Amino acid sequence: MLELEEMALVERPEKKKPLGPLFWLCVGWIALNIFGAIFANVLPLQNPLYQNYSAINVGPSLHHIFGTDDIGRDIFSRIVYGSRVSIAVGFGSMVIGFGIGAPLGMLAAYRRGRFDTILTTFMYILLAFPAIIATIAVLSFWTPRSVFKIILVIGLASVPLVYRVIRTATLSVATKDYVIAAKVQGAKDRRILMKELLPNIAPIGISFLLIGIATVIALEGTLAFLGLSVTTPTPSWGNMINESRTVLQQNPWLAIFPSLALCLFLLSLNFIGDRLRSHFDVTEVKL
Amino acid sequence: MLRYVIRRILMLIGIVFIISVGSFFLIHLLPGNITAVIEGPGASPENQAKLFKLLGLNRPIYEQYFVWIGNILHGNLGTSFISQTPVVTTIGNALPIDLEIMFLSQILAFAVAIPMAMRSARKPDGVIDRFFSAGSFTMLSVPSFIVIILLVLFVSIKLGIPHTGPSSYVSLRGDWIGNLESMALPAITLAVGSFVVYFRVLRSDLIATLQEEFITMARSKGLSQRRIMWRHAFRPSSVALLGAAGVNIGGLLAGGFVVQYLLNIPGLGYTLIAAINTDDYLLVQGIVLVVSVGVVLINFFFDFIINIVDPRISRE
Repeated sequence: MLELEEMALVERPEKKKPLGPLFWLCVGWIALNIFGAIFANVLPLQNPLYQNYSAINVGPSLHHIFGTDDIGRDIFSRIVYGSRVSIAVGFGSMVIGFGIGAPLGMLAAYRRGRFDTILTTFMYILLAFPAIIATIAVLSFWTPRSVFKIILVIGLASVPLVYRVIRTATLSVATKDYVIAAKVQGAKDRRILMKELLPNIAPIGISFLLIGIATVIALEGTLAFLGLSVTTPTPSWGNMINESRTVLQQNPWLAIFPSLALCLFLLSLNFIGDRLRSHFDVTEVKL
Repeated sequence: MLRYVIRRILMLIGIVFIISVGSFFLIHLLPGNITAVIEGPGASPENQAKLFKLLGLNRPIYEQYFVWIGNILHGNLGTSFISQTPVVTTIGNALPIDLEIMFLSQILAFAVAIPMAMRSARKPDGVIDRFFSAGSFTMLSVPSFIVIILLVLFVSIKLGIPHTGPSSYVSLRGDWIGNLESMALPAITLAVGSFVVYFRVLRSDLIATLQEEFITMARSKGLSQRRIMWRHAFRPSSVALLGAAGVNIGGLLAGGFVVQYLLNIPGLGYTLIAAINTDDYLLVQGIVLVVSVGVVLINFFFDFIINIVDPRISRE
């Protein structure tokens, strides 16, 4: 009897495919970038604002491993310091977006009824308003610009989208048997939300979160190009690529390294998000 | 179907109303004194008070809104304080350029994405599919401002093709070959961003559709692969594609802004950034309004097409 049970356990549906070395490479890359962003002050880096006029537009060398820009600033240390703005904007605005959007979405999908109808209609109307235009318009007049304001504006603009994704995900879980069973047993709403629903929508939430962070970081670059991100000389990846335009022919390194840093970071985030989604076998939510 | 369309139109009117309120208050709720912005920092308090009255800012805010919306319904978005040209004229000159870029880029994106997705879906996880998927995934992580810089570097500077670099926009009224040349880079940049999305969406839907019984049926009838793909599999797989296109075209606006700004192409995006830099707030307000309504109309249009492709949706 016991043996049979054990066999049944062994023969349970196949174990999940491992995530693969590429996945962990991407995780490591993201971790390295975050580490650099947090400890940029402590690490032995050159001053990102120091202008060394005896070394202008120098190519990669031992002293400046990524070279210097058109006013003699070290590109490598500017990239590391620049990641602070990009990473802070990416993570910060998603914290706001998920902090407001996710609880509302879960609650609406769990409670249903009038609360859900009103909130969902409201969010869908907000969603129709192109968030990017609103972001550009608000940031263009809300001066002086700071990282905090950019995070706030993008974060609030992302709330309706997060709400929709989380609500859709919760809806598909909320009618499952185990949720009904928990209700029948008389579990409190809070317990059902935290113990039954949350773990089951977490995979899709996390993969959407990562892809959202990537999108926001690209958006910060776009804003920098339009002159709507943090003011120079504070480096951000977008700022650096934007500044490199004028000296593109004399010093292509100035464009290449920050672009690489940005693209590799985005690629890693997208890859982790995508792999997690297929790992947990979540069908794509139609956005 | 008719009920569905009527409901959507009512919702559309509601959304447009909220957008108008949004773009109106956007300017009014922001900190800072508009009169100081218009007259410059050195303006005397008397002059500021005069302008304040002239603009009707002393009246209650809801009254201001109704005057403003009344003017808009008569096709009057105001006259810029900076350039003294009516906002409607400025937008009327810029809008066709955006439409042209959008049109060219979408044709290009679909022309590349659809055959690629069909090729990939035929043998999922085959060599070609893996190559296409990995390539499109990488492209997904390259923002449009990097694509445009690379294109300028290679096409305009290295290859030296005329009218493709910054500040070399040729109007469509002049010579159309020059115009196409100057539209090529922006169209390609936006197409790169779009085709990645379309390819991924269509590929996964095609793979799902190809496992349906009616495809097996078509195969057993001995129909050609091409006929099965285009006549049998494509239509049921294109609902998500159209949905993605609706969302994507709206989202492209931001990328389009950067591209126009970098190449000095005088479309709406370029005009908007110029207006922001000169504090031309009436023009900003006008463009925000026009673009937002445009995005909503595009989404509405695609919803409508989706309903024609798959009538089951409206019956829900």
